This record gives sequence, C-alpha cells and structure tokens, in this order.
Amino acid sequence: MRVLGRLLVAGYGIAVYAFIFLPVFVLVLFSLQATSFPIPPFTGPSLRWYEAVLGDTRLTSALVNSVLVALISSALAVALGFLAAWGFARHHLPRAALLRGLITLPLTVSYLIIGMGILILFNAAGVPKSLIAAGVGHVVINLPLCFAIIYSQMGENQVNLERAARDLGAPEWKVLFLISVPVMWPAIFASFFLSMTFSWDEFVISFLLTRFDTTLPVEIWNLLRSGLNPRTNAIGSLVFGVSVVLAILFELILLRRNRS
Amino acid sequence: MTGPLVEIRKMSHSFRRHKALDEIALNVEPGSYTVLLGPSGSGKTTLLSILGGFLAPQEGKVFINGNDCTALAPARRPTATVFQDYALFPHLCVGDNVGFGLRMRGVARAKRHAKVRETLAMVGLGDAFSKKPHQLSGGQRQRVALARALVVEPAVLLLDEPLGALDLKLRRQMQDELKALQKRVGTAFIHVTHDQEEAMALADHCVVMNEGRIEDQGPPERVYSRPASRFTATFMGESTLLTGKVQDLGMDEIRVDTEVGAVAISASGEPGFDITLAIRPEHIMLADQPPSVALGDAKIVDVVFQGSFKRLLAVSIKNPAVTFIVKVPSNRSVGVGDTVELFCPAADMILLSR
Repeated sequence: MRVLGRLLVAGYGIAVYAFIFLPVFVLVLFSLQATSFPIPPFTGPSLRWYEAVLGDTRLTSALVNSVLVALISSALAVALGFLAAWGFARHHLPRAALLRGLITLPLTVSYLIIGMGILILFNAAGVPKSLIAAGVGHVVINLPLCFAIIYSQMGENQVNLERAARDLGAPEWKVLFLISVPVMWPAIFASFFLSMTFSWDEFVISFLLTRFDTTLPVEIWNLLRSGLNPRTNAIGSLVFGVSVVLAILFELILLRRNRS
Repeated sequence: MTGPLVEIRKMSHSFRRHKALDEIALNVEPGSYTVLLGPSGSGKTTLLSILGGFLAPQEGKVFINGNDCTALAPARRPTATVFQDYALFPHLCVGDNVGFGLRMRGVARAKRHAKVRETLAMVGLGDAFSKKPHQLSGGQRQRVALARALVVEPAVLLLDEPLGALDLKLRRQMQDELKALQKRVGTAFIHVTHDQEEAMALADHCVVMNEGRIEDQGPPERVYSRPASRFTATFMGESTLLTGKVQDLGMDEIRVDTEVGAVAISASGEPGFDITLAIRPEHIMLADQPPSVALGDAKIVDVVFQGSFKRLLAVSIKNPAVTFIVKVPSNRSVGVGDTVELFCPAADMILLSR
C-alpha cells in the first residue's frame, strides 16, 4: 500500500513537471531537427537551424535590439524604483500608503492595457513608434516591480548607517552612493535581473509600440505567421536559454542574500 | 577657555502629546565624562539625538564651544555619535569604516590610512584594518565604532547605550576601557545608559533623568550618597523610603514622625512639613551600634544570596506598608520568617527634598 502511495505521489510530481516543461522540451528538441519540419520523427541532432538563425540579419538585429531595450529600460526602472523606495522609506509623506499603492498598481494592470495607453498617448503627442517607445513601456511595467523588491529590503537598520555617514560628514549624495546603494546592492541586482527577464520576454507592448526596428519576440511572431519551422524553434530556444540564465542569476543573488 | 563646552538651554520637545523633554538645562565641561542615566522613556536618547543633530528641538538651544548649534546638520557640528547598534558599514572593511569621516573631509589616502591605523591601535584593534565588520565579535565592533567616531577628533563624543548589546562580563570590561580611553584622548564623552552601575563607574558628572526632566545631577558619589529626589534615591541604587511629618526642631536637628516611629536627624525643616527619608540598604543594620536610630522590628520575607552580600526584604511589623531593603554580609545567617530589629545611623538617613 505504502509503495503504491509513493508511486502515485512520484507519478503526480512527474506529471506536474512534465505539464510545465514538456512544451519547452519539445521546442528545444525540434530546434535540433536536421530536416525542414519541426515534427516527429526527430532527425537530428543538428545545429543547422541555429546557424540559419544567427545568419539572419533581421533576427540578429532584433536580438541586439532586445538586449539594448532590456538593459537600458531595466537600468532606468531600477534607478527610479530605488529612488522611490528610498523616498518612501526615509521620509514621511502625506498619504504614503496611497502613493505606494499607486506606484505598484501597474503590476496588476495587463500589459495590453498599458501598451494601448502608451500607444494612444504617444499618438496624440506625436511621438513615433520606436524602440525607445517600447523601452518606455518596459520601464512602466518594471518600475513597480523594482520598487516593490527594493522597498521590501529597505529595513530600519539601514537608517542608522545613513545617519552615521551624515554624522561623519557625508553630503546627501555621498550617503546615497557610498552607503545606501552598496548596502542595497543585492536587492538592486535582483530587481535588475528580474526586469531584464520581463523585458526580454515582453511581446505585447513591443508589438504595439515598435514599427521597423523591433524586438526579438515581435520578430519571432512575424516568423510564426509564415508557419512553423525549426528556425522558430531555434530562436525560441535561444530566448528561453537567456531567460533561464537571467532567472538563475536572480535566484543566486537572492539566495546569497538570505544566507548571509 | 571659559564657560562650558556644551550648554543646553531650556530645551523642550514633544512627540505628539508625549513630552519627551521638559525644560532641560545642562552644562557639560570640557574633558568630562557625562552620563545621562534614566529608564526608557525618560528622554535621555531624545536629548542625545538633539545633541547629535538628528532631531531639531521644538524649544531651547544647544551651544557647543559657545556657538549656537541648534539648527546645524550632524555633519557640520563638532560631535560624533557611537550608535547603539554601532551602525558599521557592512560593505566596507574596518579601515574604510574608520577612515570614512576623514575621507569625507578630503584627507589624502596615505595620511588617512596612517591616522586610521593609529586610532585602531589605540582601541586595541591594530590588526583588524582589512577585516569586514561581520568577521568581528560584538566587543570588537564596539571598538571599531568608537574608533570611527574618535578619528575625526570631535569636541564631544556622543554614545547611545554603547554597551547595551554586550554580555555582562564584556560590558564591565569595555566600561573600564571606555573610561581609560576617555582620559587618554581628553574628549568630552556624553554617554546614555539605563544601567546605574555603568553610570556610577563611568561618570564624572551623572545626570539622572525621568519623564523628560533632570531629577538630579552631580558627581556620582554625591548623587548616590545624597540623592536629591525620591526617584534618584530608588533608581540610582536602591533605597527604603520613609515618609513622615516634621514634628519639632531641636538644635541643628529635627524630629520626624515616620511611618515606623519617630526619628531625629540633623537637618533643618519646618514643623508640619511632609518629608521623605531615604536609607540605602547597606546602612540598615541588624544590631544597635549607637548612635543609631531604631527602625523597629521587621519580618524577613525574602533573602537573596548575591555573593559578597545577602539582600533582604523585611516588612515592618509596626507598619506593614513599609518594606525595608537591607544588605547584610553573606556569612550572616538569616532566613525567611525571622524577625529582626533594624537600626540605621542617623547620619545615613537622607532627607529628600523632592
């Protein structure tokens, strides 16, 4: 009976993980297909589709665009989120709870709504569709996240550190850069990598706000319109790989923080 | 130099409706060790925060070296603070922690490092320069915090319960080191604590605070032997308090009708006045040694062995509302339930003015 129970539990566990990872596994597997269709039987392994992807300038330039948008928008989101968190943690603001709620509100709004809102606003203001517009959209969605992560790690114990620095003669900007930022480094790094992950994967806002130069997810969607082929699998696998790396970096930093 | 180093004038401060400081006036002399002693909520930490510049008082002024510092930022006043949690910068090594203040003052690296090493050696941490704060013990962190504050050569060093986080043995040891260090550097220290033993051991000038007011201040020996108020008599060391009415006046003495009988003490007073007498535990004796005042019979309700002495609680038989606190040598055999006769030398009965 107990053996049966264990088997059931193990089976259930495997089923859950299979449910989550089987699609990705299939995607990655058929990116190594040697023939032209990503359908069984598996004919690989072969790297020809990766070669094709990396030889395609449209895809590689989209990849570079994606990296740039992710890096710059994440850096901005972290900087703004940190300053907001610092302001809320160190100063008494009128209606602080309400203002904090408002700053984190975009977390609950769908990307589609945010993207549409920015699109309409930029249209009215005469701002053309571009990577910069998409980057602005990514700052909007990632700033609340960075704020929430950094704010949660900003404890009372750092207040005295900042006081000590001021007491020893540091002007406010040095307090910020020599004490607050280095002490908050793990939270800042973690929120940066999480922002990168979200920006890297983001489709809807980029789709709505870019035109000629676009990001990788939008370019993949363009590819998919002409049907499945192992190239889409290969580029999908690359995107997935980068996301995994970013997620692992995020976890490592948070784990190290919690251990120390 | 004439005049006090620090002068606090008519300082009041409230947090919402709670009056944290109530018309405080205090002078600190150059080179002195001042201890602010009081229970939590007495306003001592508020006063220290105001001195350090972390809090602006609602009323009153702070003068340091004759200059009005009331509205000056912490960085711009000649004070340095040792925080209760030490507030060492966790991402910097000990040397950079100690050198932070010099770095902010633009002292060149080589000169800075030399000065830091010198100060670290002074607090007994000559070899800790490149260690990180988390690699140090509590006592060592305390020393780093001290060195970091002293290296900028403040006119006044402010210490906020600096020994509070240490265990008892280390606390007593650090206490001695603090005192020696203060004498060596000659900087005025203002030290906040709720530990009366610490206060007595360290202070040149002891300031007893309660509910935002200064209850008593002076050399610790005087504050202990002749406390000015009931609060001081019971907070700085223990006392048995007897209340009574002044009966009549003799030559240089008054007769007081207390709860446990009449006593005559040498003091001046007016008949009919209600007064309070305080007696330190070590002054109550179990045998008559003339000239002493009889305090009547009392029944022992508690005996606590404390090593070098035993601390007794004895309830007066004449008036059970009075409990005497008595210290007797530890070889004295006494037990709960015993009835003893208590005496006190008249000269050791302290007349409290408040």
